Amino acid sequence: MTSLSSNTLSRWSTDELLCWSLRGIATIAGAIVILIVVFLIVEALSALQHVGLLRFFTDPSWHPAEGLYNLTPMLWGTLFAMTGSVLIATPLGILSAVFCHYYAPLILARPYRRLIELLAGIPSVVYGFWGLVVMVPLIAEIQPPGPSLLAGILILTIMILPTIALMADASLANVPQQYLRGAAALGLPRWATIRGVVFPAAKSGLFTGVILETGRAIGETMAILMVSGNVVQTPSSVFAPIRTLTANIALEMAYALGDHRAALFVSGLVLMAMIVALVVSAGWISRERMYG
Amino acid sequence: MYQFMCFSRWKACASLASFLIVASLGIPGTGAAQTTTVEKLSGKLVITGASTLAPLIGEIGKRFESLYPKARVDVQTGGSSRGVADVLQGLADIGMVSRAMKDEEKDLHAFPVARDGVGIILHKENCVQALTDEQVVAIYTGKIANWKDVGGKDAPITVVTKAEGRSTLEVFLHYLKLKNTDVKAQVVIGDNEQGVKTVAGNRHAIGYVSIGTAEYDTSQGVPIKLLSVGGVAASTETVKNGTFPISRPLHIVTRTPPVGLTKAFIEYAQSKAVHDIIKQQYFVPLVD
Repeated sequence: MTSLSSNTLSRWSTDELLCWSLRGIATIAGAIVILIVVFLIVEALSALQHVGLLRFFTDPSWHPAEGLYNLTPMLWGTLFAMTGSVLIATPLGILSAVFCHYYAPLILARPYRRLIELLAGIPSVVYGFWGLVVMVPLIAEIQPPGPSLLAGILILTIMILPTIALMADASLANVPQQYLRGAAALGLPRWATIRGVVFPAAKSGLFTGVILETGRAIGETMAILMVSGNVVQTPSSVFAPIRTLTANIALEMAYALGDHRAALFVSGLVLMAMIVALVVSAGWISRERMYG
Repeated sequence: MYQFMCFSRWKACASLASFLIVASLGIPGTGAAQTTTVEKLSGKLVITGASTLAPLIGEIGKRFESLYPKARVDVQTGGSSRGVADVLQGLADIGMVSRAMKDEEKDLHAFPVARDGVGIILHKENCVQALTDEQVVAIYTGKIANWKDVGGKDAPITVVTKAEGRSTLEVFLHYLKLKNTDVKAQVVIGDNEQGVKTVAGNRHAIGYVSIGTAEYDTSQGVPIKLLSVGGVAASTETVKNGTFPISRPLHIVTRTPPVGLTKAFIEYAQSKAVHDIIKQQYFVPLVD
């Protein structure tokens, strides 16, 4: 940067112009996030004043029309659905990328990759609709009522799978060819190469993929609203219905007034806090383990 | 791969941009044709009240604005009581009231625009043909949890209810004299279509939706059936003539006899021209 400012060609050199426009764009991007948080806080303020933050976690239930505002069951619902789907999607996604790179013949690998990209492009409401008319009745045959934590986890898994699969694919592609040739020269079998050479070399990319998919799993609304039953309760089994924080906002926002509306903005704030926690812990882990 | 993705994204942006340009060029052309109607009606109408009615009146307002380009319709929600209070204090020109008028409100001028009816739906293959109100209450409070207790097969009942704040829920609970905290449901849904799909996909489910939606879906072959309530068949016909018990009138009210813009709007909202909007919002139009 210092070498740029000593550029003597003209007062507004291209570099300087670029530098300032980049600064401007970065400021806008940052300001939008901050404005959204400020907006959430302002909208939630009346509920925080009337109800108090503590009651959002200690009230007996979520019945905002009757002045009861417990968010904890929905927090659990979000966490369970997220954890379940990430636990299933991560190995599936990474192994699919491994298959694509090291096992599949080229003629299969290319269409397979396109297929995954297609999966990433399907709108969430389509997944939700499919889940509602196909998957939920199937689950209902096994164990009624059908709309359940399990349905939510499965639909989320399908939705976040392309994120991790494509990220893993990209980071495997970035593993230097010398490493692979070196491993081959040492006579390592394919799986040993992947486990001992490729994974350690690609782990920061894989980790980023996990963070991205987790973010998507937390934020997904429409599909999970359609398949998970939306009953506000801490689930006792995978067949019990749940409501996530995002579904709560989408379900009730259109008809909410006063404190009820503000309470939904508090759910939004709690979601933001979860995302912040995710990002912070990701940063902490990657500093400790990845590059340290 | 990244290069490919970037490229296709640019292409998508470009095609979107060109679409927007075409679309924005197209609008002035179509708008110009509509400005031939009466132009002397101008000003701003403030309408406040029931959140049930707000989307309907908002849509009617949009069409009204396109007919009278100088008029503006501003719709705000806040509940039926706010609608009445605002009209009495002169804060609003028109109030929206989603219930029958009370005795102390008789000095207001009330104009019914539509009716709201809620029907109980089961899966078509469910052999239960009728339920008494007491049975419905027992099912929704969790006291009856198996269809065999009400004359059906031995299968657990999946209770489908609506999310808090929906008018359908309000009407339903009001009729059964229940509180939302009493309801023990297995599935909570948002809109009517989601309710129909949930019941159609689960042979042991019971739910309630706006009658307009259920009737339409039944006619489209969706495997659901509407139960009669208190011996009255659930249909838009019985909602219209007021005999179906789980229904309510939707009013707009004014303090003084309406004149000018207010009168034009009320007449428009009661006219046949808005029946398609009323049906779109799953309400039942009044006149034929």
